Amino acid sequence: MIELRKVSKRFADHVVLDQVDLTVEDGQTVALLGPSGVGKSVLLKHIIGLIKPDKGEVLVDGLHVAALKRAALAELRTKIGYVFQNGALFDSMDVAENIRLGITDQTCSEDDSYCTNRVTECLRLVNLPPEVGLKYPGELSGGMRKRVGIARAIAGKPKYLLYDEPTSGLDPMNADVIDALIERLQEELGVTSVVVSHDVRGSFRVADRVALLWQAKIRAIGTPEEILASRDHAVQQFLERDLEMAVIQSESEQGAT
Amino acid sequence: MAQGAELTLDVRRLVGRWSLRAAGHAGRFTFLAVDMVRGLTEWRIYLPRAFAQAMSIGYGSLFIVLLVAGFTGAVTSLQAGYQFTGSVPLYIYGAVIGESVILELGPVLTGLILAGRIGARYAAELGTMRVTEQIDALESLGRSPVSHLILPRVLAGMVMIPALTMFANVTGFLSGWLAAKSSIGITNADFIFGARYYFRPFDLWYSMIKAGFFAGAVTMIPCYIGYNTQQGAEGVGRATTLAVVAASVTILLLDTLLAKLLLNH
Repeated sequence: MIELRKVSKRFADHVVLDQVDLTVEDGQTVALLGPSGVGKSVLLKHIIGLIKPDKGEVLVDGLHVAALKRAALAELRTKIGYVFQNGALFDSMDVAENIRLGITDQTCSEDDSYCTNRVTECLRLVNLPPEVGLKYPGELSGGMRKRVGIARAIAGKPKYLLYDEPTSGLDPMNADVIDALIERLQEELGVTSVVVSHDVRGSFRVADRVALLWQAKIRAIGTPEEILASRDHAVQQFLERDLEMAVIQSESEQGAT
Repeated sequence: MAQGAELTLDVRRLVGRWSLRAAGHAGRFTFLAVDMVRGLTEWRIYLPRAFAQAMSIGYGSLFIVLLVAGFTGAVTSLQAGYQFTGSVPLYIYGAVIGESVILELGPVLTGLILAGRIGARYAAELGTMRVTEQIDALESLGRSPVSHLILPRVLAGMVMIPALTMFANVTGFLSGWLAAKSSIGITNADFIFGARYYFRPFDLWYSMIKAGFFAGAVTMIPCYIGYNTQQGAEGVGRATTLAVVAASVTILLLDTLLAKLLLNH
């Protein structure tokens, strides 16, 4: 279980998170929505201990992430797969080496045949052929890079998966492919996930619960149906703006065809 | 009056801000150094990478280091000829060229060249990895960026920079010898006699000690600056420039300090 209790964070004078509470039960997928720059990625980085809170507690598997010693934090991180917004692939390594680095179990990572099979399996899980393993990140398209990022994140068979804007910068078709992939991975791997996004449509598709981060606080949380039925003006405003964007996008696509 | 008081206040604030920033850097640098010492047990991770880095920086820097050392030795010899001809015995040239190259020119020029070549490369590589979240990605996989990225670079530099300095010393000495022969007509016997007469084995140790300290500056400072890069492409550019300047200035400061401590005690 992932739990954030009264987490606050500020950078200089800018308050990013203000007494944020959020619980993600085991096996659940929570989508964290919010406008760009509101602090969604910052919240996600708290969960994996890349950023420490100024106040409050972050608990993963009952462990206080910010209070963990180096070795314990590294051990906890092996249970968490993190999909970075821009892939964050190691550009000096080919795709196979990138995914291999995601195999966090030391015994397995030293077994060449296990690693080769696991890399192929992860590529298959993200709908990529094994030949992609020989390419370098610079040779991949945006969508493929995202999928390789996901493959690396799942290579270590994590218990938790954190997605940072998995569909940002992608065209609607590729975004749908990634959303379908997230859905399928939830079913096949049964992991607990947090998906940070500003894409309402995709988030509603993959999430069991949706939370809206608004002005440094969790403004609303509930099932997609509950969020859609919310009368909170901030929620309404955010949803309407995103749905308008979806209409504009679909109209422009129709125009193009 | 009021303007004077405001100016004093501003200066105090500025000094305070700079002091805090310097203390912050000192603290973070110390933490990084401690992390490196701790990471030394993870030799399975850093040794293969250090070997690859050593090959890359050693082989890649050899040409420019030898080129500069060769020209420096020759110019030192020609200038010595211009200054001393007729006023000192010819064998002194062997001493002047040998000692100048081994004690000062070999290690310092090699250090400064490598501050530009290796320092800029390390800062740019790590800075780019920082701003593209590759370092965060490494941490998120439970892996230590120090063992994967910093230790291999520092260790490769600590081995290769003294080795390159030794090559520079030999090249500078030989080119100085050739230049002296062709310009002032010194015999081989005179040149060797002068070089051996004033040579002490400690001179070579001193050269290597300096090269070791310079290697620390050329590798650790750029790694620290690159590792802490912020703000995108502009940040990487700034980090690279800062790394070269900081490493070069540190080399000059260490040069003075080591001369005072080891030669004038």
